[in-house]
Amino acid sequence: MINDFHYLKPASLKEALAMYAEHDDCKVICGGQSLLIVMRQGMVTPEYLLDIKHVKELSYIKFEEKDGLRIGAATTHREIEKSDIIEKKYPVLVAMEEKLASIQTRNWGTIGGNIAHADPAGDPGPVLIALNAEIKFGNSSGETTVPLDEFFVDYFETKMEHGDLALEIHVPTPEPKFGCAYQKFNLLDSDMGIVAAAASVTLNADGTCKAARIVLGNAGPIPLRVTKAEDLLKGKKLDDALFAEAGKIASEDCEPVADIHASEEHRRHVLGVLTKRMLKKAFEQAQKAA
Amino acid sequence: MEKQKLSFKVNNDEYEVYIHPKTLLVEVIRDHLGFTGTKRGCETVSCGACTVNVNGASVKSCSVLAIQCEGMEVTTVEGLEKNGKLSPIQKSFLDHGSYQCGFCTPGMLMSASAFIAEAKDPTKDQIKESIEGNVCRCTGYNSIVRAIEAVTQGKYKEE
Repeated sequence: MINDFHYLKPASLKEALAMYAEHDDCKVICGGQSLLIVMRQGMVTPEYLLDIKHVKELSYIKFEEKDGLRIGAATTHREIEKSDIIEKKYPVLVAMEEKLASIQTRNWGTIGGNIAHADPAGDPGPVLIALNAEIKFGNSSGETTVPLDEFFVDYFETKMEHGDLALEIHVPTPEPKFGCAYQKFNLLDSDMGIVAAAASVTLNADGTCKAARIVLGNAGPIPLRVTKAEDLLKGKKLDDALFAEAGKIASEDCEPVADIHASEEHRRHVLGVLTKRMLKKAFEQAQKAA
Repeated sequence: MEKQKLSFKVNNDEYEVYIHPKTLLVEVIRDHLGFTGTKRGCETVSCGACTVNVNGASVKSCSVLAIQCEGMEVTTVEGLEKNGKLSPIQKSFLDHGSYQCGFCTPGMLMSASAFIAEAKDPTKDQIKESIEGNVCRCTGYNSIVRAIEAVTQGKYKEE
């Protein structure tokens, strides 16, 4: 049973920020596909609920070659999945969305809500971090932009304080010779990942590795970057042995918990395998890329 | 907690209901308006039995606040038939025996109809993906997939 709350429906972003600043015990709802579940369980019982689903200023997908991709926080998963420009420029994002929960959830749930909820098993976090994304959030007195890999603090906790709304995800234009891949391990397509791995690779003109990112999903309190493995790859001519080595590091440099779905040992093993495979996939894409 | 007015369309009719803001869409549809075709299943966004279409897009009405549907158009399974005639997907479900206990059927029909409305010559895999959010414990899904496929192949016409 959901506890009673006062419903706040702002007409604009400005009004939303003002309302949020005014009300202390207030939670923000957009699609509510994560929030309503924990509210029903009585784990979240706010006195006020601020609804930003209809704030039009927060719902957009913009792309410019120089600037990259900007997605408003209230954009639904389905809008991202169906976007032609995202399919063309960031196919990994579309592939990730296609496996995120079910069509019904993607139709109503939003990218900003998913990121702000900060569930370490969420799909967009690892992929967006692998794509070097940053997030803009703001309150009634100003805006802040941080790289997404500095945004998550702990389980369901982010850098946002009371009064802060997630505003925009910014994904830079990929460099030349860039590839990015993501896969989660689960039993049903529409489930959350038992574990997941995203990897991106940028190559130099001579074919050596210019930069790499490895981000693990549901392998700790936040989407985890495996910087030790990233550093191993930098400057090297990449091959299967290096990918296997990076996978081994990933399986060691994570903190997965055991639960009904899988033991810690099994999770570490799968994280290693996924890391190896995603690096190879990203590398092959980078080789083919212009 | 004070009640608030919600004005929206359900199955092409205008409704005004007074609800607590915490009321879920499935509760308004079933308990306030009496459209009991829409089922309550898991109530945790898992099973899809409560699927309805909001502005043409399928959602799980157990996890949508009704108050967020202000001004929107909701279609439930009762809204699929036109002038007393079953819609193509309903007829196809009948012909293909796409249900046994029937509990998942209203949700399946809503997911399928949203898919059919925008699908162009879909593959079998795309049809399977279109009902990924709906659980059926009787049929094994094959008869449901065949029913949707028959409609997308143009074997059923609107009467």
